[in-house]
Amino acid sequence: MTNFWNSDSVWLFRHRPTAIIAAIVAVLIIGSAAAAPWIAIANPYDLSTFNLMDGLLPPLWQSGGQAQFVLGTDDQGRDMVSAILYGARLSLIIGLSAMAIAAVLGVGLGMSAGYFGGWLDTIVMRIADIQLALPAILTALLIDGIARGVLEQETHQSLRVVVLITAIALSLWVNFARTARASVLVERNKEYVQAAEMMGQHPVRIMSRHILPNILGPLLVIMTVDLASAILLEATLSFLGIGLPADSPSLGTLIRIGMQFLFSGEWWILWVPTLFLVMLVVAINLLGDFLREVFNPRLRR
Amino acid sequence: MSTLLHIENLGVTFPSRHGEFQALSAVDLQVQRGQIHGLVGQSGAGKSTIGAAVIGLLSAPGYVSSGQLILDGLDLRSLSPVQAHELRGDRISMIFQDPQTSLNPLMTVEQQLIETIQSHRDLDDDAARVRAVELLTETGIENASVRIKAYPHQFSGGMRQRVVIALAICTDPELIIADEPTTALDVAVQSQVLDLIKDLARRRDIGFLLITHDIGVIAQVADVVTVLRDGKLIEHGPTEQVLQNPSESYTQSLMAAVPRLDKKLARFLNPEETSELDPDISLQRAPTDRGEMAEEWLMAGVAREASSLRADNITVKFAGQRQSLWRRPEPFVALKNVSVEARAAKVLGIVGESGSGKSTLAKVITGLIKPHGGTLSLDGQQLPTGKTRSRNHPSRRWVQMVFQDPYSSLNARHRIGDILAEPLQHFSLETDATKRRQLVQATLELVGLDAGQIDRYPHQFSGGQRQRIAIARALLARPKVLLCDEPTSALDVSIQAQVLNLLKDLQAQFGLTIIFISHNLAVVRQMADDIVVLRNGQVVESGDSELFFSQPSAEYSKELLALTPSAFSS
Amino acid sequence: MTYFIAKRLLQSVFVMLAVAFIAFSLFRFVGDPVSQMTGVETSLADQARLRAELGLDDPLLQQFYRFSNNLLQGEFGYSYRTRQPVGQMIVERIPATIELGVVALVISLLVGIPAGVYTALKPNSFFSQGLLLTTLVGVSVPTFVIGIMLIFLFGVQLGWLPTFGRGGTLNLGAWETSLLTVDGWKSLVLPALTLGVYQLTLTMRLVRAEMMEVMQSDYIRFATARGISYRRLHYRHGLSNTLVPVITIIGLQFGGVVAFSIVTESVFQWPGLGLLFLESIRFVDIPVMGVYLVLIALFFVVINLIVDLLYAVIDPRLRVQKAV
Repeated sequence: MTNFWNSDSVWLFRHRPTAIIAAIVAVLIIGSAAAAPWIAIANPYDLSTFNLMDGLLPPLWQSGGQAQFVLGTDDQGRDMVSAILYGARLSLIIGLSAMAIAAVLGVGLGMSAGYFGGWLDTIVMRIADIQLALPAILTALLIDGIARGVLEQETHQSLRVVVLITAIALSLWVNFARTARASVLVERNKEYVQAAEMMGQHPVRIMSRHILPNILGPLLVIMTVDLASAILLEATLSFLGIGLPADSPSLGTLIRIGMQFLFSGEWWILWVPTLFLVMLVVAINLLGDFLREVFNPRLRR
Repeated sequence: MSTLLHIENLGVTFPSRHGEFQALSAVDLQVQRGQIHGLVGQSGAGKSTIGAAVIGLLSAPGYVSSGQLILDGLDLRSLSPVQAHELRGDRISMIFQDPQTSLNPLMTVEQQLIETIQSHRDLDDDAARVRAVELLTETGIENASVRIKAYPHQFSGGMRQRVVIALAICTDPELIIADEPTTALDVAVQSQVLDLIKDLARRRDIGFLLITHDIGVIAQVADVVTVLRDGKLIEHGPTEQVLQNPSESYTQSLMAAVPRLDKKLARFLNPEETSELDPDISLQRAPTDRGEMAEEWLMAGVAREASSLRADNITVKFAGQRQSLWRRPEPFVALKNVSVEARAAKVLGIVGESGSGKSTLAKVITGLIKPHGGTLSLDGQQLPTGKTRSRNHPSRRWVQMVFQDPYSSLNARHRIGDILAEPLQHFSLETDATKRRQLVQATLELVGLDAGQIDRYPHQFSGGQRQRIAIARALLARPKVLLCDEPTSALDVSIQAQVLNLLKDLQAQFGLTIIFISHNLAVVRQMADDIVVLRNGQVVESGDSELFFSQPSAEYSKELLALTPSAFSS
Repeated sequence: MTYFIAKRLLQSVFVMLAVAFIAFSLFRFVGDPVSQMTGVETSLADQARLRAELGLDDPLLQQFYRFSNNLLQGEFGYSYRTRQPVGQMIVERIPATIELGVVALVISLLVGIPAGVYTALKPNSFFSQGLLLTTLVGVSVPTFVIGIMLIFLFGVQLGWLPTFGRGGTLNLGAWETSLLTVDGWKSLVLPALTLGVYQLTLTMRLVRAEMMEVMQSDYIRFATARGISYRRLHYRHGLSNTLVPVITIIGLQFGGVVAFSIVTESVFQWPGLGLLFLESIRFVDIPVMGVYLVLIALFFVVINLIVDLLYAVIDPRLRVQKAV
């Protein structure tokens, strides 16, 4: 235990106040979002739980605020705290799933491409090239557009979350694939891999048991950075109105709704979810920066 | 001669979170004008730190914590950062190890020379250019007025190091710090560069601080030598005296560990004193119960006739760099009709410079590369090559390898116990997990490590210990042939002696057939019964090792032997 | 060298073909083109005739060949939504997006590169640390939020700048520009800043990382040991060696600018290609989506080719191989 406490990465962490704060913020936000059904006072998806009479109440500390609605309500009378917790929950579910799918797909393809080389490498990397020629937002928009064209209106509505996750995952896998491939190209020339090859071990075993544990560092950095990107991408798509609809709002949707009050006085409807989203993403990115420093000692100050 | 550099009581400290690390303490040293002062010591001895402290380029957060650095009456420690920077290049200059990376790849040699000359001398472009061409000619680059227009990557390694030297002397410095200036070079080029350094010291009266781990290099050029250990000065004096007749026991044991080119020794001697070099390992392997168990197990597997391995007419071509869409690239021939034989229970040494094809041959034998022609056979039975060797072919167990770099040959994420149990499990030599663990512990003791370290990770071991673990891994497959590719070139000389002793012992004990690949002729002489000399992918000479060292027949072999620096005067 | 360029050209053609095929598949398989073009009242016979006219019964490869050929000749088909020729719609919208993108890119490079160099050379200064933290926030704030904040501050609170549209524009032939009127510039400031800020933070962070890597290299240490002035060390040796990776970054930036122009144009109701694309997605206007896709890919491929050529100009190792 003392070994762990004194290991380089933990020591570095204890001496980086930004990393500590980021970790606390991230844990708080993710924890409260996960616990939303138990700690929120209302279910923002259930129209019957809120009352139009409570509409447009300001936060507690402004005159007219009510103790029940700490951060105020929107025009429908929806409690902002509950909306944000549920919204963050949805944003995180989508972001994490998309990132996980992109990681599995990208690492699998990237490692195989790097390890086997040849035509497999050529094909995977050419597909990655095409993917790079179409930026993430564009890919996601396109996939959403195709889903609209192919699926019936109703099916599309009910599958929106799935479509969003697919769209985001497909626009992020290239990062993983390129990083995994580059790392494998370095590792596979190392002597421990040659030793395993000489023994006649199966390529799948060599990749999973020998190479993968050695390239986890850079992959972990990409996972953090891409989780942030996935959350931003979801928010952006929802903001553009092609993500989640107003009756099941994610953070991006809440911001889009809030935009309508930009010019009137109800600032909290816009700025509270915005601040929450930015805090979440900044915290994740700070952790990503910290991990980058841990895994690349050259960047250490 | 007059004193150029005077170092007294020098201390360098690196603060870290584990406390202050004293990289150098109480070092005294003097360099005279026109003198080559050698600094030797093993890795971590602090020899490069002295050089960096003198030129004022200690890497952060290190700093000079005590003592005096005086250059011809000038106190270097009293200089402001700006003054110190003006001094660099002007009066003190430096030569780095690797000519491949020491030059800016985007600027021509001319631009880099003129820039350096003009930062210290008030010369116009034309005058600086004339000066630059003179310097290149002086450092032995022919047709300098044309070649000066080229970029660094257009020069060969040896020529590039000459350019580096030209850059270091272009401002007439009084002192040059040469940090391992020939370590990245082959022997022939090394010898030329050393001659150049010697010549510059004499002709230009430059004082050199020559930092190296290679005692042969010191013997060849240094006038005086200082031996360092753990940041402390052990011994200094005229080269001849220190190397031939060392007074300190550390220097004596260091010299005992240097492989000799002039004669073959049964083992590296003087165990009590050499053991001082690496306290973690007992050099005399104490016979333990467990060690005996491993011996018995290995003997049970080896209880058979020793094996011989032949490679006949091996040819390997690599695809060349493609230059055109239409023409096929010229293939690069790495090996051309190479035949070698490793006799049963003997050591076959394979020597050659970089690019001679020795590592390619190792990869052919282990099945990592498929040759374009030729056959491999073990005890007269033909072995499949390259990918035609199936994953479960028994030869995968018969031929085992010890790699060059002990830092990358063990998987950093696996425990030693798992790394060593892998061959037992993979080749189904022992199916019971408890017995596997016992065998692994026993083998650890057999190679001179503590069986209690079985659950540690590779990074918790030193380079020499790791190489022992790599040898244990190879043994646990019960091999017929052990292939060692430069197994000690990444190790300090004292550790090298221990690892070579271990290999000799195991070879004698188990009657192993060993193929030993190295660029170092002295090391090969200590190990080999037979020898093969490779050059540009072809066999130059082969036969009995002792005969080769006393009477080389090929012109190239004679040249190679003559140019290899020896720490011992013959 | 020629081989290198030829190889890249070939790869570009492959990428373009693949993207064209995606666009073609969109057109062919997402929804039914015939029912999109005709109303409910069209008879089945008329529909069949239209189907034959469009060649939808031909073998797939032949259809793809015809589709690509039409693209090459600038015949992009008709929008399902407006019934206008797609080519004309795109030509009308292109100037707005290019002006926005170029101004944003100039902002991001002019500020980003010097800031990256500064933070790399003085990594421990207070200012550098502050800049780094600021840019981290910059990378984390979504583009649309930056846009909203700028609108709120300069449009709503201070009322200095317009918050939507292009303002006054002038026609230079077919090119409608907002760069020649004060009003146009005023309208451009906020969108260009919005689009530029994210690219700026990215540029700065990447330049910093590359520069720090270069400054630790052996040739910089050797040049320091030769007493070359710090100014030359930083710029002549350091920055020039950082240029190769930085050019790659700039190449990628173009992609980012295109992508985020969609968001920016949506926030500021900027009448450019991004807004057009967004509308076409909402209405599943396949021909517009397809052409936009092909156009973006072409743009990206051309930028990448230019980047490859620039490598050769900067790096002699790619240019001269002859040993001396």
